[in-house]
Amino acid sequence: MSVSTTAIAQGVRTHWRTDRTPLLRLGLLLLATIATIVFFMTINTRGNWDFVLPFRARKVVAMAIVGIAISVSTVAFQTITENRILTPAIMGFDALYMLIQTMVVFFFGGHTLLTLDPKMQFGVEVAIMTVFSTALFWVLFLRSRYSLYLLVMIGIIFGALFRSLTNFAQRMIEPSDFAVLQDVGFASFNAIDESLLGVATVLVLASSLVLWRALPELDLLALGRERAISLGIDYQKSVAIVLMATIVLTSVSTALVGPVAFFGLLVANLAYLVVGSPWHRYTLPAAALLGVMALIGGQTVLEHVFGMNSTLSVIIEFVGGIAFIVLVLRRRPT
Amino acid sequence: MIEIDHVSKRYGDVTVVDDVSLTIPKGGMTTIIGPNGAGKSTLLSMMSRLIGMEAGRITVDGLDVTTTPSRDLATRLSILRQDNHLDARLTVRDLVAFGRYPYSRGRLTVEDRDKIEAAIDFMQLDPMRDRFIDELSGGQRQRAFVAMVLAQDTDYLLLDEPLNSLDMKHAVGMMRMLRQTADELGKTIVLVLHDINFASCYSDRIVAMADGKVLHNTSPDLLMTPETLASIYELDVSVHDIGGHRIGVFYR
Repeated sequence: MSVSTTAIAQGVRTHWRTDRTPLLRLGLLLLATIATIVFFMTINTRGNWDFVLPFRARKVVAMAIVGIAISVSTVAFQTITENRILTPAIMGFDALYMLIQTMVVFFFGGHTLLTLDPKMQFGVEVAIMTVFSTALFWVLFLRSRYSLYLLVMIGIIFGALFRSLTNFAQRMIEPSDFAVLQDVGFASFNAIDESLLGVATVLVLASSLVLWRALPELDLLALGRERAISLGIDYQKSVAIVLMATIVLTSVSTALVGPVAFFGLLVANLAYLVVGSPWHRYTLPAAALLGVMALIGGQTVLEHVFGMNSTLSVIIEFVGGIAFIVLVLRRRPT
Repeated sequence: MIEIDHVSKRYGDVTVVDDVSLTIPKGGMTTIIGPNGAGKSTLLSMMSRLIGMEAGRITVDGLDVTTTPSRDLATRLSILRQDNHLDARLTVRDLVAFGRYPYSRGRLTVEDRDKIEAAIDFMQLDPMRDRFIDELSGGQRQRAFVAMVLAQDTDYLLLDEPLNSLDMKHAVGMMRMLRQTADELGKTIVLVLHDINFASCYSDRIVAMADGKVLHNTSPDLLMTPETLASIYELDVSVHDIGGHRIGVFYR
């Protein structure tokens, strides 16, 4: 202990190197994403530009919105729960979504579900999912000051309840109605209703902006609750803001494409790997770009190489599920 | 000055801290000792606003810890808990840089960087400043966290069992460094320790707790007597003068 304490008092000017690697990697990701979009827009157009470009542009916007919503919400959720194998879907969103669909079919028939005004359906679904999660979170986290983990646990239990109710109702409906439900049970990135794009874009961009403004807080929250408080964070308030943004993003993406479990997990962990930096100013944009790239790139490959149209979600969930197992197995016991 | 005024903490029916009133003066090193479950860590957590209290009030330099904005408190008081686990993959320097957050809000100034480097030097972490936290030994990691708290540059440093997972050499090094911080930088250090002899050799004051109450609040010399120690730990401890310090022997 021979080092002089005057070092602290006087301050020692030391060379401070700023690491530019994450920024560079982010730039490469951006280029790759742009290339993917350009490729998707222009491949096999057969000269029919006036029709093809606007048609594909709408698809690109739809997939980009969903990709950003899922990946950004997953990174934020993993930060506040300090757990890299969780996704916000665990709070029972997919189960609640399926329950809403099933209840519509149960009470009004499969035909009603297929002919509902998409705007109304989207609005009601987002409203129900947001209100449910917010109520849960309000009662448990803000009012009673229980831990975030208890909140997540109870979300999981509600998910189980919703799934049981869904199963029960599905056993009592017509086989033809059941087929309708089976179809909505798989996420469809390709058949997003265009009339919803405007609202969805606004919601996703607004929530992402909220998270972007909370960047320093996110970095701190990753250190854990006690350290974050010691460093001067209003923990309840910061977590409330991040969780609300996450809830809106997840509700919107679920209402747009259906239940997605592993996709967020896959892109979030890929983003950590690619940028190799813990700072959210790098991981959040990286996850968003990877999300967009995975959806649009995957769709391009499926449409033009394999000539299929609707199985992207199955493939993404398959790869994501494998990534999940790898992550669980590679976790070091602490 | 930290003033603790009739503070209680209950978990269900169990009272962990029972109507404690205590004043910790500014400057020097105050150590809280006591058997397991005495409420030491809980009291420290309440002092640093990590947990709330059922009754009473705690002020730091006149600021109520439950009502003062967290951000304002973070420039006056820092806390280091015994848990050294970290999920995020950070380098030593990244971690220490977090200590400047209450001042910089994530945008480091030249002054911030100087304080970060100084804290790293002070904790002798210079050779490993760019290593990742999860690649360090337990002792090195502990020092990195202390460096973060030093970079926070608060008048009050609260440490919960800082000697956990340190070997003899590093435990002595840590205590010397904390003593130095109190003497040369004028910081007020509040510690929770299990080792009564470290408490005796380094502290200015010792607060002894048992069953959620403060039993003694006095100088090490007055506390380190067989009778007093027996009243705290319910154990026979013989006390000897060795090298000018009161040393308790209780191993057999």
